[in-house]
Amino acid sequence: MELFGLYNYWVFAIVLMTGFYAVIAKGNFIKRLIGLSIFQSAVFLLYITMGKVDGGTAPIIQEGVTDQVYSNPLPQVLILTAIVVGISTLALGLAIVVRIKESYGTIEEHEVQSLDRSS
Amino acid sequence: MQSAVDVLSWILLAAGGAFVFVGGLGALRLPDFYTRMHAASLTDGMGTILILVGIMLQAGWSLAAIKLIAILVCLLLTSPTASYALANAALLSGVEPGNSRAGKAEN
Amino acid sequence: MVILFAVFLLTLLALTAVAIVRTENLFVAVMLTGIFSLLMAANFFVLDAADVALTEAAVGAGISTVLFLGALALTAEHERSVVSGRWLSMGIVVVTTLILIYATFDKPRLGDPRAPVHQHVAPWYLDQTPELIGIPNVVTAVLGSFRGYDTLGEVFVVVTACIGVLFILGVRRGGYSPSPDGDRLTTAGSGLRHHLIPKVVGRLLIPFIVLFGLYVLFHGEYGPGGGFQAGAIIATGIILYALLDGEAQALKAVPRPVLMGMVVGGATLYGAVGVAGIALGGSFLDYSVLADDPVKGQQLGILIIEVGVGLAVCGSLLSIFHAFAARGRH
Repeated sequence: MELFGLYNYWVFAIVLMTGFYAVIAKGNFIKRLIGLSIFQSAVFLLYITMGKVDGGTAPIIQEGVTDQVYSNPLPQVLILTAIVVGISTLALGLAIVVRIKESYGTIEEHEVQSLDRSS
Repeated sequence: MQSAVDVLSWILLAAGGAFVFVGGLGALRLPDFYTRMHAASLTDGMGTILILVGIMLQAGWSLAAIKLIAILVCLLLTSPTASYALANAALLSGVEPGNSRAGKAEN
Repeated sequence: MVILFAVFLLTLLALTAVAIVRTENLFVAVMLTGIFSLLMAANFFVLDAADVALTEAAVGAGISTVLFLGALALTAEHERSVVSGRWLSMGIVVVTTLILIYATFDKPRLGDPRAPVHQHVAPWYLDQTPELIGIPNVVTAVLGSFRGYDTLGEVFVVVTACIGVLFILGVRRGGYSPSPDGDRLTTAGSGLRHHLIPKVVGRLLIPFIVLFGLYVLFHGEYGPGGGFQAGAIIATGIILYALLDGEAQALKAVPRPVLMGMVVGGATLYGAVGVAGIALGGSFLDYSVLADDPVKGQQLGILIIEVGVGLAVCGSLLSIFHAFAARGRH
């Protein structure tokens, strides 16, 4: 039990940096957006992890039960809205990628740059 | 009585788990795309039924059991349909049955 | 027992993330993203966040996969493997990961009730919700009432993103002629029109998906659910219809003006509830004045804004989907 007490945070660090690697090292725009959404999911995991309380349940108050422990509702509210905002901004990014493909014929960063330089 | 229901439910859960495990094994080990998909979809259906019935026995006759029945009906409708659509799409896009290389390329 | 399950799920999550970044086939990457989202939803559920798990499953595994596939059909399926400065990036990433992991040793362990995050406002929310608002789901109460300003802002971000997508993809296509790769959506645009089994089963399911969405919307005060989840679920149902019967049929069922009305109307409804609070003598987004009994007023206000959120989110997601689908037909 104690051994795994920080495991969530380690997975958070690994997933966060995996997404970050895709953003900085890959030249393909869609791959970068995928990396960005992995990065975002890692942050969601961090918040929800912090909200967990030992022996708690989901923060839905049960009537007639007085000694029940509930997990922290606040991080859940923040992340719930963030997920929907995340998909909207992702859609915006994908729309821009589609337009880049239409004007340049490619979605690779180095090709776009060389096209820009040659024109 | 209660312990008999418990034992029965655990047997069902374990059997369901075994079916899903075999399905996973088949999806990894079988030679081409269609056999792998076949393994996964058939065992998945059986595993789902067994696991959900096992959970229903744990839940007893309550609102949770009715929700589980709804999930079961939904899964029994969608899972074979998804398998059909997948196989159909593979056939239309030219994956030959028995051709293990084409199956590997799909992966 | 639960901790073992959680560790297993988290390990799968990390492995999936690495697999997504490693694969060079973008189609495979998108499919793995769907698996990643489902694993994430399962993790959220293990961590007691039922509402968030529901949202992640509907949005991450359902709608974002469809959007990615739509974008892939319009661009390219394979990534050309030119990685610039791979070792430098790898070094930065490894060093930062190690620093982050080192930093976690100062954090309270998972589930520690004495952690600072549980000391400040959260106990107050849990204590006061039954008294001030009288609904069991504290997440809905915080979302709709205590932090209503936040949620209003988020809804407007969603609406703004939707407007942005419509502006970017709504203009007519310029000089570049589409590659054969980009044409695939045109032939596939008719959906599964000629496939009887998916069509029959899908049609059978769509009413139940929409019904479930409505249940999630109006039951959000008592169980997991609310406007964001409901909007995403209903949008999923209508996107399924578009995939089965073609985008044109879906537009016939829910035309563009209706979608725009949902987006604008939903956001305006939310704002109007706030203004009604001022008009009735309270402050902005103070629902207590909406009815004679403050608790009843709070419940009424939360119900109305949840409907507004549901309309705005559903309309935005569907408009975005149609913008991508229509782009392929030009």
